[in-house]
Amino acid sequence: MTEHDQPGTPGETLRGSVTLLGPQRRPRLSAVVDQLGLEGPFATINAGWQERESDDDELDRQLGGRSRNLTLWTRWQDVLERDPEYAAAARQHRDVLQETQDLYLLGLDHALQAVLDLDRQPIRSEQVREAAVAEAEWVLRKIDERHLDKVRAIHADFYARHPPHERAAIVEHRAAVAGMLADAGALVLTGGHVGVLLEVLHLFNVGAEVDELPVLAWSAGAMALTDRVVLFHDRVAHGPTSAEVYDAGIGLVPGIVPLPHARRRLHTEDAARMAILARRFAPSTCLLLDDGARVDLGPDGELPADATVFDRQGSIVAKGDLV
Amino acid sequence: MSITVPNPADRTPRVPVRDKLAINRLRHRPSLDEAAVDRFLAEHQVPVIEGPHCTFLYRDQAGDTDEVHVRHRIVGQPQRVPMRRIEGTSLWYVGIELPEGSRVEYQLEVRRGEAVEQINDPLNPNVAHSPVGSSSVCQAHGYVTPEWTRHDPDAREGELIDFTIPSKALRRQVTCTAYLPARYRHTARYPVLIVHDGHDYLNFASMKTVLDNLIHRLDLAETVVVFSDPGDRLREYANSAAHARHLATELLPHLEAELPLIGTPPGRALMGSSFGAVASLTTAYRYPETFGSLLLQSGSFVFTDIGTDHGGGPAFDPVVKFMNRYRARPRRVADRIFMSCGIYEPLITPNRSMVPVFEQAGMTVRYVEARDGHSWEDWRDRLRDGLSWVYPGPQKFVYE
Repeated sequence: MTEHDQPGTPGETLRGSVTLLGPQRRPRLSAVVDQLGLEGPFATINAGWQERESDDDELDRQLGGRSRNLTLWTRWQDVLERDPEYAAAARQHRDVLQETQDLYLLGLDHALQAVLDLDRQPIRSEQVREAAVAEAEWVLRKIDERHLDKVRAIHADFYARHPPHERAAIVEHRAAVAGMLADAGALVLTGGHVGVLLEVLHLFNVGAEVDELPVLAWSAGAMALTDRVVLFHDRVAHGPTSAEVYDAGIGLVPGIVPLPHARRRLHTEDAARMAILARRFAPSTCLLLDDGARVDLGPDGELPADATVFDRQGSIVAKGDLV
Repeated sequence: MSITVPNPADRTPRVPVRDKLAINRLRHRPSLDEAAVDRFLAEHQVPVIEGPHCTFLYRDQAGDTDEVHVRHRIVGQPQRVPMRRIEGTSLWYVGIELPEGSRVEYQLEVRRGEAVEQINDPLNPNVAHSPVGSSSVCQAHGYVTPEWTRHDPDAREGELIDFTIPSKALRRQVTCTAYLPARYRHTARYPVLIVHDGHDYLNFASMKTVLDNLIHRLDLAETVVVFSDPGDRLREYANSAAHARHLATELLPHLEAELPLIGTPPGRALMGSSFGAVASLTTAYRYPETFGSLLLQSGSFVFTDIGTDHGGGPAFDPVVKFMNRYRARPRRVADRIFMSCGIYEPLITPNRSMVPVFEQAGMTVRYVEARDGHSWEDWRDRLRDGLSWVYPGPQKFVYE
């Protein structure tokens, strides 16, 4: 039993607390909820599973039958059906984002390769090589930063041209979602497709409604809470892919790059690559969220000392052991 | 430098590898009769695979066989390998070494007097089918049929819908089959892949099962796949202007009008094997900036560096003419090209040669080889590599 597993006293949990969990294939949500003393009702966001959004019986059981599915994916589909003009604009918007992402990836691959190549150079002067690697990593960080800026600007432009608060279907659903969140005692975000989650979280303005609400999230749900969503997968069919900045999350958990299923999805034994990952996103911390993980963020969003993270050398360490 | 001379006394007597082979143990039995052959065949799968050694067998129960050869098409190797009869028995055999992971299609050529017949191996139940018949399959040590090519009850199935489109370009009705992925929705938008020799891919490369599985496993984006068949294949697929016009100005607009497709080059791909790969390439050449990706398997990209004698027969004349012209002035015909080829097929050299040509024309190329031949199962086994690269699935987006 870790310190997190100590049973809490119901009612003692601070409102606004954030708990990030590992994947819930073997669910421990129920125990965590009890330990945090959360009584619900629980607003749930299961939209990452798209058309399977409503398959939430197990989730509801884990929450003691007190869940209220916000059905954000269903609402999104309803908006697209009822507002074809918005649907067409949103498709165009996604095309622009996709092209932006593709071009970013093209540049990113070259920049990452440069870092790897420099890192593998035979050492003649450690100091000279380190300086060269640091410079290449700086370029990498700039590419990531510029990309996120561009994505934000594209979103801003889209929402300026198609203000959601002027679209009847969106307004109606936003009001319903806000009402459900106002009645909720906590918010639970599950995994699934992180792109879909971001889309519906932004569309229905969920970020603005959860300021004071305790939040539990895992996998894609945890990623969506951050200020910068990083996609990663080393074990796809056509070989390892570069971790890529995708979009901004709702910003509730800044300064953390959650890596759900890290050991399953990443070649964590490749310390050189993991080191580049960790240094690339610094000062944010790359947080491993593997099976059984539970991370209770501090009042200011800081990670607890026993959170599992990558250090600058690409090793897996406890946050408290970072130097 | 130091040289250590082994002490002969330290050496454990070793049985030569060849004497460890099952066939040699059988041959060296003091009393070898048909009952022993029966037991041997009951105990072994044929061909007998022992590391890199593959022993091919044939049993001549009538006792009237004069010669048996293993016929295969491994390039650079004798393609007609004689078998020997084990003295005093009905069993013929020959050993062939194949590298790990190889998959070889073969037949047996059996001569009885003047009569010569080429047959599948009666002792080997493993048979591959193709439009021109079937062949026996030798799966060498290390070859495993990919599990994603087999039916997965958990994978939700897409739907196949037949349709016909009148083609002015081809002056015929063209019959196609569209694959719509499971959970197909009109509000979504899909990339499209047009597959040459479509029904052969469905029938001989398990392509529907593969699509269902790869989409289910998030390896492949939800994709609309259109399986198209040729009329006169050798004419339509060998750099035919009419075929290209049909695809680019008839079939593609029809699909984009009828189905919720992305409708831009990144969401359009052509695919084919052998002459179907030529048809894909030449169509993209004639209609540049139309198709974003090409998936080319064992392309019949035959060319000549000197002269015009290509040895492929008249069917290849238009292909060679196109390839020579293209190699003289390569140009970008798509954004990305996935190529695969079996190293045992004669087309391996032209395929390898085209990789730098395509790259120098400014296209991103992913090239994959396998220890396999010019066969539908080879093309099936490479589908995951190709499809998941052309239209990657949402794996990187999904965190369970």
